[in-house]
Amino acid sequence: MAIKKFAVACYDDEAVLFPAVDKVRNSGYKLHDVYTPFPVHGLDVALGQKETDLHIAGFCFGITGTATALGFMSWIFTKDWPINYGGKPFFNLPSFIPITFELTVMFAAVGMVLTYCYLNQIMPGVKKHIFHPRQTDDLFVIAMEITEGTSEVELIDFMKSTGAIETNVQIAEEGWWYGRWDKEEAYQKQLA
Amino acid sequence: MHLKYESFVREPLVNGNKTYAQVTEDICRPIEQKPTRLWYMGFFFSLLLLGFGAFSVTWEVYWGIGTWGINRTVGWGWDITNFVWWVGIGHAGTLISAILLLFRQGWRTGVNRAAEAMTIFAVMCAGQFPIFHMGRVWNAFFVLPLPNSRGALWPNFSSALLWDVFAISTYFTVSLLFWYSGLVPDFATIRDRAKTKLRKHLYGIASFGWTGTAKNWQRFEALSLVLAGLSTPLVLSVHTIVSFDFATSVIPGWHATIFPPYFVAGAVFSGFAMVNTLLVLVRKIFRLEDYITIGHIEAMNKVIVLTGSIVGVAYITELFMAWYSQVVYEQQAFKWRVLGPYWWSYWAMMTCNVISPQFFWFKKLRRNIVFTFLLSIVVNIGMWFERFVIIVTSLYRDYLPSSWTYYSPTWTEMGFYIGTFGLFFTCFFLFAKYFPVVAIAEIKFVLKTSGDNYKREMLPLEEKSVEEFVHIVEHAH
Repeated sequence: MAIKKFAVACYDDEAVLFPAVDKVRNSGYKLHDVYTPFPVHGLDVALGQKETDLHIAGFCFGITGTATALGFMSWIFTKDWPINYGGKPFFNLPSFIPITFELTVMFAAVGMVLTYCYLNQIMPGVKKHIFHPRQTDDLFVIAMEITEGTSEVELIDFMKSTGAIETNVQIAEEGWWYGRWDKEEAYQKQLA
Repeated sequence: MHLKYESFVREPLVNGNKTYAQVTEDICRPIEQKPTRLWYMGFFFSLLLLGFGAFSVTWEVYWGIGTWGINRTVGWGWDITNFVWWVGIGHAGTLISAILLLFRQGWRTGVNRAAEAMTIFAVMCAGQFPIFHMGRVWNAFFVLPLPNSRGALWPNFSSALLWDVFAISTYFTVSLLFWYSGLVPDFATIRDRAKTKLRKHLYGIASFGWTGTAKNWQRFEALSLVLAGLSTPLVLSVHTIVSFDFATSVIPGWHATIFPPYFVAGAVFSGFAMVNTLLVLVRKIFRLEDYITIGHIEAMNKVIVLTGSIVGVAYITELFMAWYSQVVYEQQAFKWRVLGPYWWSYWAMMTCNVISPQFFWFKKLRRNIVFTFLLSIVVNIGMWFERFVIIVTSLYRDYLPSSWTYYSPTWTEMGFYIGTFGLFFTCFFLFAKYFPVVAIAEIKFVLKTSGDNYKREMLPLEEKSVEEFVHIVEHAH
């Protein structure tokens, strides 16, 4: 991914963060992202984000599991290798239910977690730029992109006016999948 | 925005004067310090037990299943008893993490991480027993519906034992995913405050590159909610299916429709006892008394008295149904169960599971740490006896009096059981040292509504009129 310049503002209270987010969205500056150490309820709404469609993915995976289990067992017991258990019907649906249920849950859970990792771009070994080491501890961080036409000083001043306790400018590469996070490392080496 | 207020009448979930940074500090401290001497002693003792277990199992695999005390009449002995016991223990973790999440029980946040870890380790232990009970363990993969060269011979999908294979493996997988998806942000916290290079690297891998953007957290919450929704019927189905192993057979003492709810209640009962045993120690050793409060312990003791009473009702119902059914085999089976050669196991079960938890009707005892710890062990012993009673006292006198027998375990069976304790505690010691024992992000999430210091600030507000109160609280952001 491309290397970009960011103005970073840190807040120490979600009560300050919410008005700041509102101001930032109305200011016309380009908002990169907001980082919080824990799920802050209502932040997605304040940022105007849509509700995630992860549940729909979960449902689709679940249905796939149901179909796999039912289809497979029915095929085995009626076509591939029918076994006569005391004259009971080959297609004995009630006794298929436990395994069908388990596979539904298994497919839904595994599929959803993989989808979740894909959407969030997280995976063992993935590296991403950390704007502030305390963004996973006790600070709420807003990262603003400094585009070509943006005045760095004005933007920092504006961020300070929203109640930020700490502001700075950073050059960073947006983290992505494996092997794509090389430009920032090269840049850091160049600096050192 | 919802009303971000909780009355002081409700006990705080986090005690002391905590800030977000203090929460991180308190929970990460044990991970960043050198392990104590107590930890080393416990860990190596667990390894020793694990080693003895491995030896016993190797012995059994080498010489065959004949080294166990089971015989033609009592085909299931300690092995299946231990299997059901461990699976049952696992249930509390999922109940806390999933069912209490759906019921919006705030107190789950302090204990869910450790309880879920316990679930995973308990299911790992449980899984060993049916596998090694197969005898020729190298053929264990026969239970999987794999395409094969044996004439495409499939397992019997109508068998409760095969349902169990699917139930336990699904349960393990889903619990692991649920647990780990919650751990990822907490690993990121440890990564970002790591002082040494190695720690930063290892927790960097474990945290999957988590940064905590608003969208990430939105998906995180959606994922945990759906996983909770999936785990809730799952956890009920798992012990239901375990009970089907017995209930679908025509053995007097097993052939009962009460089994599924009775087993699920028993599982939750024993699981909460184990959670209490572990957490009473963990909170003391890692000085986490502010996060795992007496209130948490009391809440779990309430679950113990409820489920213990359900189990008690089930025992009495079983006796009643045996008499009421007018089936002589059923009646005789229960007569022998209560008064026969195994009477001691029945009465151990009755005392430990039905009588002892009744002490928890008293608030003083529910909030007494030492008493809770002792009673949780009593309940664990009682629940082991319950499974022993159900399995062995239904089998040892079958329809043919000439094959009646008396079963006792051999050292290999006992060694196997001891070995699973080794496995469980080895895993738990590693978890307690290297993993955040309390869910850091979740505690921070409830801190401002349920933290002691924040609740105290609300006290003067409660004096105000309703309009004023709503105005101040609603515009708190």
